[in-house]
Amino acid sequence: MTGFLLRRLGGAVFVLLALSVVVYLVFYAAPGNVAQIVCGERCSPAQVAQVHDRLQLGDPIYVQYWHFLQGLFAGRDFSSGVGVVHCDAPCLGLSYRQDSPVTDILVNKLPVTGSLVIGAFVLWILLGVGTGLLSAWKRGGAIERTLTGLTLIGFSTPVFVIGLVLIIVFCSTLGWLPFPQYTPFSDNPEQWFWGLLLPWISLALIESAKYARLVRSSMLETLAEDHVRTFRAYGLTERAIVGKHALRGAVAPVIALSALDAGSMFGGAVLTESLFGIQGIGKLLVDSVRQVDLPVVVGVVMTTGFFVVLANAVADALYAMADRRVVLQ
Amino acid sequence: MTEATTEALVEVVDLGISFGETRAVDGLSFSLAPGAALGVVGESGSGKSASAYALLGLHRSTGAVVDGTVRVAGTDVQRASDAELRRLRGGVAAMVFQDPLSSLDPYYAIGDQIAEVYRVHRGGSKRAARARAVEVLDRVGIPDAARKARSRPHEFSGGMRQRALIAMALACEPKLLIADEPTTALDVTVQAQILDLLHGLRQETGMGLLLVTHDVGVAAESVDDVLVMRQGRAVERGPVRDVLGAPKAAYTKELLSAVPRLDAAKPAASDAGEPLLEARDLRKVFGRGKSSFTAVDGVSLTVRRGETLGVVGESGSGKTTLGRMLVGLLDTTSGTIRRDGTAVQMVFQDPVASLNPRRSIGESVADPLRASGVRDEQRIRARVGELLERVGLDPDRYDRYPHEFSGGQRQRVGIARALAAEPQLIVCDEPVSALDVTTQAHVTELLAELQRELGLGLVFIAHDLAVVRQVSDRVAVMRRGRIVEEGAVDEVYGSPKDPYTRQLLAAVPTVDPVLAAVRRAARKELREQLREQAGAAGRDEVAAA
Repeated sequence: MTGFLLRRLGGAVFVLLALSVVVYLVFYAAPGNVAQIVCGERCSPAQVAQVHDRLQLGDPIYVQYWHFLQGLFAGRDFSSGVGVVHCDAPCLGLSYRQDSPVTDILVNKLPVTGSLVIGAFVLWILLGVGTGLLSAWKRGGAIERTLTGLTLIGFSTPVFVIGLVLIIVFCSTLGWLPFPQYTPFSDNPEQWFWGLLLPWISLALIESAKYARLVRSSMLETLAEDHVRTFRAYGLTERAIVGKHALRGAVAPVIALSALDAGSMFGGAVLTESLFGIQGIGKLLVDSVRQVDLPVVVGVVMTTGFFVVLANAVADALYAMADRRVVLQ
Repeated sequence: MTEATTEALVEVVDLGISFGETRAVDGLSFSLAPGAALGVVGESGSGKSASAYALLGLHRSTGAVVDGTVRVAGTDVQRASDAELRRLRGGVAAMVFQDPLSSLDPYYAIGDQIAEVYRVHRGGSKRAARARAVEVLDRVGIPDAARKARSRPHEFSGGMRQRALIAMALACEPKLLIADEPTTALDVTVQAQILDLLHGLRQETGMGLLLVTHDVGVAAESVDDVLVMRQGRAVERGPVRDVLGAPKAAYTKELLSAVPRLDAAKPAASDAGEPLLEARDLRKVFGRGKSSFTAVDGVSLTVRRGETLGVVGESGSGKTTLGRMLVGLLDTTSGTIRRDGTAVQMVFQDPVASLNPRRSIGESVADPLRASGVRDEQRIRARVGELLERVGLDPDRYDRYPHEFSGGQRQRVGIARALAAEPQLIVCDEPVSALDVTTQAHVTELLAELQRELGLGLVFIAHDLAVVRQVSDRVAVMRRGRIVEEGAVDEVYGSPKDPYTRQLLAAVPTVDPVLAAVRRAARKELREQLREQAGAAGRDEVAAA
């Protein structure tokens, strides 16, 4: 197990390094004057020159990348004309627009996106696995057809449609829920919950559709296996067979997929956050792209990569715990 | 009370089972007295397993249409409610399935699975149910049952898994045990142990046994009465001695004559010619370091023109690895193979898996021709036609796909493909083990014919000792990567020198029920002797310590 974790960690570091090279090249080695782009159309040549110095764009690209890596692992200093700004490790760069280290910006946004993703994750797993199980169990009947229809609708409806409908119905018309907004959990847990409920539901509805279909098909596959036949031949109830023996086999793919989904969503649920005005990483990404705040964009991409790699390692470990035949190596 | 004692344990009247258009079982009637043992024997597709499933109502809600009446221990299976049916399943009549690995839940400990079944029928605490699981595991001969009960199925060997499944069946002391091909996936020595176990349990508990098998020998070893099925109908039924000793139905006769026997030798090879292939000290190691595994460990052999070398061994003995090295499909770790320009081809075990389902059989046979550089389409078609005809297939079926052929026909395609490259030597890896006995006989006849005509050298790899005896001139017995005994087939089978060969031969089921009883007694004696020896050795060690 320790060996597995070490190797996995090594692999993760390698993947992240590779990702950083690609991202760095895409954003900083692309043709055009990076300083001009970063500063904006209306910057005076003097301002552009200042940005150029500040981002150390005069150095060759590999030196720039080396500085970037140094920043990640040891922190780095940026000269800002007037003085020196220190950026602690892990330093993802300095946002010129927000005049703040990218890491700080991200750390501020993480609890927001984290709240959104974790709540939605719990909901979509419950909803998706439940629906999938039910439609596998009641296969061939009206219930299954209804559920299949619903999941198809959920699958193909964009989040801004579902979200808007939910807001109109529950907030405007019925007035049952407050308009969605983020309140930190530590300030007021109750407001945190009610304010995030609608975003959770809209995100979960869409994600769960995918899971319902996955669980249904892998459940039907497991139900056709020999050991299910054995328990049927030994008088176990259909509920025990479906709920215990078949379920265990059917959740394996769910572990793998949900890790990927949750991991990438930590890098921002862009549409959901924008729609509900939640100031998370997704919203940050959209804003930074719009403002061409390159260091922040690079930071968000790296963070997303980090969470995806982390989630995958967790998924592998869970997989091995769920199925003892899997040997971690 | 007299009624209850005379009432049959199983009463099947005019049973019919249809899967869609296919009538799998038609007008089947039989009964089984309490404590009696009935063998249902038939080839694949005879409806024997479908009939066994009907005894537990397992066709319910699968789409299969079942008619007729089935009564098991007083329960009308067709009319019973779901709850009544669940009480019957496992509680009164328990089933043992063919493939013990896939028939157990891979995620749960074996003891827990047995305990779960026990609690469904008998209730009680989890603790008591676990204790019962350990008890039955111990009863079926699992050593150190208390600890082994916590193992998952993949940690058990094939034989141990089958014992565990039998333990599950015993958990609720059923009146009837239904065993569906319980030994088909097992090695012959393990098969003998399982059959002996079933026999012992039956004597001890007085439960009835319904044994479904394709192997006449397995039935002869285990049951009082036998029912021969063909295409969903009963062909013959009676005491096992009568049916197997003096069969009345033509089909039973055909089936029995097709069963390979240990005493039926191949007519001696006319002239074993010059050596086609010489292998010296072959070794094959898979993996490296601590996890390395030596599959073949110092094997030397020679195959001559016109002769058949049988290679026999149990699973894991390295026989397939050896065959693949001889053909050149696998590199050797060390050792030499001298082929001297001999063209070598291979025929594989599973004719379904070894033919591409998306290509016509003609194309598959043409592959070796194309590979050798023939481009002329007309010539290819003509040659493939010849080959198909040679193996007894209609050359007009060139454009047909594998699924349109039966198992035996597909194996003929495999042989035609091997012949296409005009080999002098063919290595056949379990060429008939996926086939029914009557089909087996036809395929081995074809191979013998081809050998006579073309002077082929054959290496015939199989786990079935009787088949190997029937087709081979010389035989090599493999165990754990080594050849433990090699010689002329009559010598090895007639007066085996190695104890392992003797053990293998003693485990082969015989179709003669009288002989089967004698041999069962001999095996029991042998086991007791070994146990005593082991016990004595243990005491000596204790004394010495």
